[in-house]
Order: sequence, then C-alpha cells, then structure tokens
Amino acid sequence: MNWDFILKYLPLYETAALLTVKIGLIGIALSIAVGFLCAAALYFKVPVLRQIVVVYIEISRNTPLLIQLFFIYYALPKIGIAMSAQLCGVLGLAFLGGSYMAEAFRSGLEAVEPIQNESALSLGMERSQALRYVVLPQAVSISVPAFVANIIFLLKETSVFSAISLMDLMFTAKDLIGQYYKTTESLFLLVVFYLIILLPVSILGSYVERRLRYAGFGS
Amino acid sequence: MAEVLLKVKDLVKQFDGGTVLDGISFDVRRGEVIVVVGSSGCGKSTLLRCINALEPIQGGSVELGGEPVVYGSKNLAKMRQQIGMVFQSYDLFPHMNVIDNILLAPLKVQKRNKSEVRAEAMELLKRVGLDDKAESYPRQLSGGQKQRVAIVRALCMHPVLLLFDEVTAALDPEMVREVLDVMLDLAGQGRTMIIVTHEMQFARAIADRVLFIDNGKIVEDSNPDTFFESPKSDRAKQFLNIFNFERSK
Repeated sequence: MNWDFILKYLPLYETAALLTVKIGLIGIALSIAVGFLCAAALYFKVPVLRQIVVVYIEISRNTPLLIQLFFIYYALPKIGIAMSAQLCGVLGLAFLGGSYMAEAFRSGLEAVEPIQNESALSLGMERSQALRYVVLPQAVSISVPAFVANIIFLLKETSVFSAISLMDLMFTAKDLIGQYYKTTESLFLLVVFYLIILLPVSILGSYVERRLRYAGFGS
Repeated sequence: MAEVLLKVKDLVKQFDGGTVLDGISFDVRRGEVIVVVGSSGCGKSTLLRCINALEPIQGGSVELGGEPVVYGSKNLAKMRQQIGMVFQSYDLFPHMNVIDNILLAPLKVQKRNKSEVRAEAMELLKRVGLDDKAESYPRQLSGGQKQRVAIVRALCMHPVLLLFDEVTAALDPEMVREVLDVMLDLAGQGRTMIIVTHEMQFARAIADRVLFIDNGKIVEDSNPDTFFESPKSDRAKQFLNIFNFERSK
C-alpha cells in the first residue's frame, strides 16, 4: 500500500464524495416526494393515476439504473431534451427511488389495521383527520425500516453515475487506476469513502427504528 | 315513556350478493339498554356497524334524534360524534398513551378546552380504576384495561348512544368481569346502549330488551326474562340450549 499516493489523491476523493452525496441527497429527496404521491394514489385508488403509477413502478423496478441513466442521458437529447449530467443523475435516481419509496409507504399504509381508521371515524373524526392523526403516524413508523433500506440502496446505486461521465467516487477511482495502475490504493479509498457516507446513515437508521419500536407498538 | 332516540327502519345490508341484514326495524328509547344476541355470523356486528354508518347499506334508514345517519354524507362525522362505539379488538391508537388516546377526539374534533377535557378524562379513568395508567401506552395494558380505556375514550365525546360490539369476546376470562362491571355501571347511570354480546348471564342482567337475530331478521324482541325463560321461536330455543350444559350419564 502506497500511503503517499493515498494522501496525495485524498482531496480528489473528497470532491467526488461531495458530488456523490449532493446528487444522492437531492435524488433521494425527490424519490421520497415521488414515492409519497404514488403511494397516496395507490392507497386511495385514484382512478387513472393509479394505473399510471402501477406501470411506472413496474418499469422503474424492473430496469437497471444504468439503463435508466443511459436513456435519460443519451436517448432523451435525441428528442430535444438535453440536461446536464448532474441533473440526469438526480432524475435517474429519483426515477428509480420513487418506486421503491412508493412501495415502502404503500405497505406501511396497508399494514395499519382498518379498525384503527374505523375507531377514529367512530370518534367523529373526518376522514382527513383520521388519516392525519391515526393512520399516517403509524404507517410512517411501519415504513421506516424499508425507508432506511431504500436510502442506503439508493446511495449505493450512485456508483453507476460514472457511466454518464459524472465525476463521482467510482469515476475517480477508475480514473486513477487508468492513469497510475494503483489499483489497491484507489479501490481502498473508494471503499473507505463509501463507508464514510453509508455507515452513519445505517447507524442513524437503526437508532430511529429502535426508537419507533419503543414508542408504543407491538401492542 | 322516554322519547325514541334511535330509529332503525327496514335496514338491508348485502355483502357480495349475500344478504346479511334483511329488513331490520326497531326503535331505541332514551335510557334503554338493548342487548343483541344471535349465533355467530347472524349479522349482529354488522348491525352495529350500519348504525354507525361504517358500512354502506342497501336499503332502509337509520335515524338518531330524528336526523338521518347516512354513509358518505357530509354531516356523518357530526352524527358519529353522538354515537360512541367500542369494538371487539383493541382499537386504541398504539402510538399514543392512554390520556392522548382519550383527548385526541375531544380536542381535534370538538375543539374543547384541554384542561377541562383532561380533568374529565382523569375523573372517568378513576371511575374505571385506571387513573394511574394515564401515561401508559396501550401495549403496556392488559386486554381488559385496554377495553376500559376504549370505553372512557368513547364517553369523553359525550355520546347520546353507546354501541358495544362483543367487547369481551377477545378477553381472557378473568378480564371479562372488570369490563362488564363498567358497562353495568353505565347502564345504572341511565345511558342508552346497544350491546352485542355472547355473555348470556350478563345480557340478562343488563338488558331492558333483548333482540334475537337469526338469518338477518329480528326473530324476537322481548324483555330479558321472557326471552331467557320462554322464548317464542324454535330458533331462539335452540340458540339458548347451546348455553345449557348437562353431564351425560
């Protein structure tokens, strides 16, 4: 292991990690928004929209992110929609993540016993109040483990961004290997940086899960 | 005689082509305790759910205090505020402690003053022997305690009518009594109640009137002594026989 090499190219990885985190966070935020809307359309059986959502989820979940990115980056410009590589990365991640988040929220909503909604209604609540005070808080807590798993999954998926020439961590590592043949050092840094990004998310996630479990479930 | 509070008229309820309730009509007067009995699947629970419009109905009407209770109508939430309901399975909100479970609807729906409702809730909890559990979460309570909290939660909305849907059916035998005692206490206060139960001795003790439902129809509507001593219909006789045990020789 050449430590001088590692120290020398550390800043390059830092820049790349920031890009990965930036695109990852914006993409995940959009995924959550998309997922929430899709889950609502499914749960409330909104006509037309529901069918569209089902088709979207199947396409999104059954195609690799790499191909989704290629489509957005290389195919869309042919029909006049050209975007920067960064924007393509964000949209690609949101397209992929939206369906996973939708499924997480939907299963959370469906896991809340119908009796919960009914007893809220029996107490004279409007449907919207029952949803807000009784169903949603429980659905969100139930979704948390799947939600955290999705965030980690999506952050890991960012490693294919290099394919649309985004200078992310993977790109940097491949670039250094190509230039200097320092495979071990380059990959070592790559692994370390992904761990630095993902371990805190994972630890925070399990902490939140534990807290929510404690907050009165499993009655 | 007190005025009619609830009027159920020609109620028809169908599920996927099957008729569960087939023209049910009865009145409940203010202060009356009605016990509904019948074999499993005869539509007793469905009847309560239809009174509270948790189910759409295919015919007939339900009126509370002269106003219709209609599934999907605009004022349904308002009508339901006057009807308290306790279910068989524990329907407390698991993400809230006991006092928040009780206060939620009075605060959010009726917009009442918090300290006033809280005082009332504590008073009621004390009455059912659970004032020390106000801060507990549902999962920390026994089945009987949960049902008592559910009753208090319903009472705090000041309902004019209480519906009990087999509230002791899921309880361990030792827990049944504490819940039934609370209901007897409520009957003693002159509350109007409709109770679906399989506890026949309790039914006899608490009821002003017993409705026996079979095949979606009210087969008997009589006072408890008449019903339990000399039921008119063969179905009721058969049904009551189930609860008589004799050792075979």
